[in-house]
Amino acid sequence: MATAEGQQHPIGVYLWIWGLLFVLSLFSYLVDYFHLEGMLRWSLILLFMMLKAGFIVAIFMHMKWERLALIYAILLPPVLVMVFVALMVLESDYTHWARETYFVFGA
Amino acid sequence: MAKSATKSVALAPGMEGFVSDWSSDQRVFKNVPWGKAMMWLFLLSDTFIFSCFLLSYMSVRSSTLEPWPNASKVFALHIGGQDVPLILIAIMTFVLISSSGTMAMAVNFGYRRNRKVTTYLILATALFGAMFVGMQAFEWTKLISEGVRPWGNPWGAPQFGSTFFMITGFHGFHVSIGVIFLLIVARKVWRGDYDTGRRGYFTTMKGNYEIVETMGLYWHFVDLVWVFIFAFFYLW
Repeated sequence: MATAEGQQHPIGVYLWIWGLLFVLSLFSYLVDYFHLEGMLRWSLILLFMMLKAGFIVAIFMHMKWERLALIYAILLPPVLVMVFVALMVLESDYTHWARETYFVFGA
Repeated sequence: MAKSATKSVALAPGMEGFVSDWSSDQRVFKNVPWGKAMMWLFLLSDTFIFSCFLLSYMSVRSSTLEPWPNASKVFALHIGGQDVPLILIAIMTFVLISSSGTMAMAVNFGYRRNRKVTTYLILATALFGAMFVGMQAFEWTKLISEGVRPWGNPWGAPQFGSTFFMITGFHGFHVSIGVIFLLIVARKVWRGDYDTGRRGYFTTMKGNYEIVETMGLYWHFVDLVWVFIFAFFYLW
């Protein structure tokens, strides 16, 4: 837990996470190296990405040991970015459709 | 600092603590130094900036009619008579993760008041960061010599160049600024500023080892952003 002098944890925790991040990075590189395609590729890339991001934030950045007031203030707003993502997916789908319709066939 | 910002007071845990923290007087973020809370808020705003970059990249990539250049081939290096896909990017990823590891250890040794080891670990972090920027400069040089420009490239959709230079450039800028600040903090730790309470040149405030942790937050964030760039730009 947070003590009177900031965040202090055993060195071993950091070494473990360090090793884990190396292994996860290697896995995500191998996804490309072995030319995995389709749903398998996207799901593995996203899985390794989220695991790495989670370990960095939770352990290296000590979020796991902070109080909920800080955790929610920092981690909840980025979730709202997903709304933005959804909007832009709709928008770019429409742009793509318009280009296909008017640039290629409509000439 | 004579008065630590993180003095222990009885605080409610869990959700009850969340509600009482946010409804309490004076300050919301209990048990963290103000510098750390402010660094987190800055990183949140930086998250939005990088989100916007990656979102615009997603938008142009999914709306273009021309094929997107194959990152696996574009970023391949010719080693030992064959093309190894993405090898430079993989090495850059490992270098940045290593720098995150040494930074986490530096924070730890800082709180143990081990000045020497802390300084060496911060310097190692800065060295890894400089290596990363160097490799990125090499990558940019290679791509520019192959004809990649913000308005076009030999392999397909012209937006490839603009999003590539914007996203990796902004990230590389973050790494460079980080290296400079790491060197400044390393010097302060080495000189013992955080033990003797020497006042900062710009702030005229006394620092302590919490500054190493705050610096670490920024550095880990740079690594964190790279995780997303690696997944979305290079692997996708």
